[in-house]
Amino acid sequence: MRSPAPDEYQIRTTTLEAFADTILPGEKRSPDDRAVAGVSPGGGAVAAGAVELLEWDATGVSEGLDDFARLLNEHARAYAAEKGLSPEGPAFVTLSFAERTDLVRRLTAPGHPEKAMWISLALFCYMAYDSGAHLDTAEALAAGHPGLTAMGITRPDADGLWRFRKFSYGRALAVPHPNTTPSGSPA
Amino acid sequence: MSHERTDVLVVGSGFGGAITAYHLAAGGAKVVILERGPWLTTTDFEHNFKLGSSYTRAFDFVVGDGMSILGGNCVGGGSVVYFAAMPRAPRFVFERRGSIGRRMWPAAISRDSLDPWYDRVAESISITQQGWEDVSYAGGLWAAACDHAGRTANPVPAAIDTGSCTNCNWMMAGCRFDAKQSLLVNYLPAALAHGAQIRPLHEVQSIARADDGYYRVDYSHVDEEDYRVVTGGGTIEAKIVVLAAGAGATPVILQRSAGTLGDMPHAVGRYFSGNGERLNTAVFNEDRVREVLGLSRDDGLAYAANQIGKGPTVANWDRLDGSLPEYTRFSLEQLYFPPGLGTILAQVADEEGLTWFGPRKKEMLKDWQSWLIIFQMTEDDNEGVFGPPPARGNADRISQQMLGLGRLRYQPTENTWRGWNLADAEVKDILERDGLATVTPWTNDLIGAYTVHPLASCRIGDDPATSALDDRHELRGHPGIFVTDGSAVPAGLTVNPAMTIAALAERAVPGIVEAARARGIDVKYGAPAPDGGTGGRRGVADLLPTLTRS
Repeated sequence: MRSPAPDEYQIRTTTLEAFADTILPGEKRSPDDRAVAGVSPGGGAVAAGAVELLEWDATGVSEGLDDFARLLNEHARAYAAEKGLSPEGPAFVTLSFAERTDLVRRLTAPGHPEKAMWISLALFCYMAYDSGAHLDTAEALAAGHPGLTAMGITRPDADGLWRFRKFSYGRALAVPHPNTTPSGSPA
Repeated sequence: MSHERTDVLVVGSGFGGAITAYHLAAGGAKVVILERGPWLTTTDFEHNFKLGSSYTRAFDFVVGDGMSILGGNCVGGGSVVYFAAMPRAPRFVFERRGSIGRRMWPAAISRDSLDPWYDRVAESISITQQGWEDVSYAGGLWAAACDHAGRTANPVPAAIDTGSCTNCNWMMAGCRFDAKQSLLVNYLPAALAHGAQIRPLHEVQSIARADDGYYRVDYSHVDEEDYRVVTGGGTIEAKIVVLAAGAGATPVILQRSAGTLGDMPHAVGRYFSGNGERLNTAVFNEDRVREVLGLSRDDGLAYAANQIGKGPTVANWDRLDGSLPEYTRFSLEQLYFPPGLGTILAQVADEEGLTWFGPRKKEMLKDWQSWLIIFQMTEDDNEGVFGPPPARGNADRISQQMLGLGRLRYQPTENTWRGWNLADAEVKDILERDGLATVTPWTNDLIGAYTVHPLASCRIGDDPATSALDDRHELRGHPGIFVTDGSAVPAGLTVNPAMTIAALAERAVPGIVEAARARGIDVKYGAPAPDGGTGGRRGVADLLPTLTRS
């Protein structure tokens, strides 16, 4: 696997973080955090581990991350030129949150030739947040994973398995369809 | 060159494969089942979203152009990962004409003539007619909202032992508690007991003709952790081949085999149906649930129970009315969809309209426990077509497990959109009433429409121009090859299809036995249910002469 020079790696990571933050945004990790726009309180996809998940070879996208970041910055430069902006540094990161959003909307719209690629990137950003797909779920919950916690997913029993002893309102809440067979199917 | 030989080779171990394999093995045939996925057992079934857990090992998610398919990928196939809803298809479904201007189902099959086969399945797989005490909070909420809107609602029959079910809602990762009555607890162990062999991680690639009337089946060994990796391969010859690789894979194997087997019927890889499926997400106002519907849980919450349950427990069947025109009939079923696949496609309104990402969507996720997902099963137009097959398998695999890019192209017709729009409006009318919830449909813009019930890509019928199989499930022009999975179902069913796929597989067995006997295989029809029950066998006895040619 290639190891880009440290500054290239930094640019790549910052760019991917900015993409992940556009999908499910979070709060800035520090005052000088450029990747995370800071438009949403609490952790977003970045804090949930989007880059860690993307870098895992199990996803099948890890080898392409350098290219994804470079391409995203190329699109961002073209977007900036179209808007009369002159970005300094990694172009996607220098865009405002609204501009990042607008660009991601274009890249993932039906008909865009690279749509499938950007959607697969977005899918893993989602999975980092809504399921912590790079982490053991019970351990992630115990550690306060931002996505699983925000969604209110409950903790499992001590053996790591979920069981809900109370699960039903326990009473008839509607009248069944008149044409139902004795075995419970539609007639 | 000599190869391993067997009487019957079954490709796939889901409903279509397990049922036929059991009966043929019990009848005396030597049966080998090749399954591309792993062989997981109860203790393998984890409650874990981490890539590489049973949740991703047991699934196949294939993104196509306009339609994506979620299917099983393990011994037991769809029965291991499905939500176990087992309704029979409504009577009008069998009379559907679709886009071909004539009845799509073979004349020999109607609800009445299929009922004895449904009965055989019901004797073999323990199906519970759930009572209201079995219905999850989510199902109860859907029922109460339907009732409030003047609709009916039914607890759904399910292959679940409610006594051992913990309502963990992890059934898509395989049931850790043996509550789900998957094929791992009935047909498959019975097939093994009669000598059938199951070989996991064997992905069939193609079929050719061999000497002495045999078919030669070529397969690859798939790495048990990284399905992108092939570790070898081999060949088996068989007198009878039963294809049951699923509606997303069976036609691909046949397309790839055209060069060696000869021309395929026109309908192979065409007329695919996504069972008209579409999903809506409702986000409930918990206060209104209490005030309008009078619902409250023992712990004081009104609902907030998206995580709790056992998949779908309640469905609305008011629009399953045979007097309505085709493409306007549908069922609406409460469903659980786990995070990972069930969140990205949900939409929320922002300044630009509906969106699937961004700060508003993150806010919507905060209310995840107050979500209720409604699953629409409508009448689509069989408009899916498979392009040329990929080099291997049914998709170009991207991730080590689960995610791949397939060749299915599906452009929904006006008829299909008519059903979806009507169903969207009906869900909105029921759930947005009196401020109960906000409802949005899942977007089709990312991965197209989305089905968990692929059908009809190699279907039965009477018309050779529009059906790949005759009414006994034999592939036209290729005697001795049978197809018994969801691809054989002619069209969308407006309800969950597992029960119908299973009944059709049961019904196909006498014809397969007859074909096997004609090739000198010492096999007979008439095995009891896997647990020894004989009521179902008696029930179909009068139908047997109609299923054999002699």
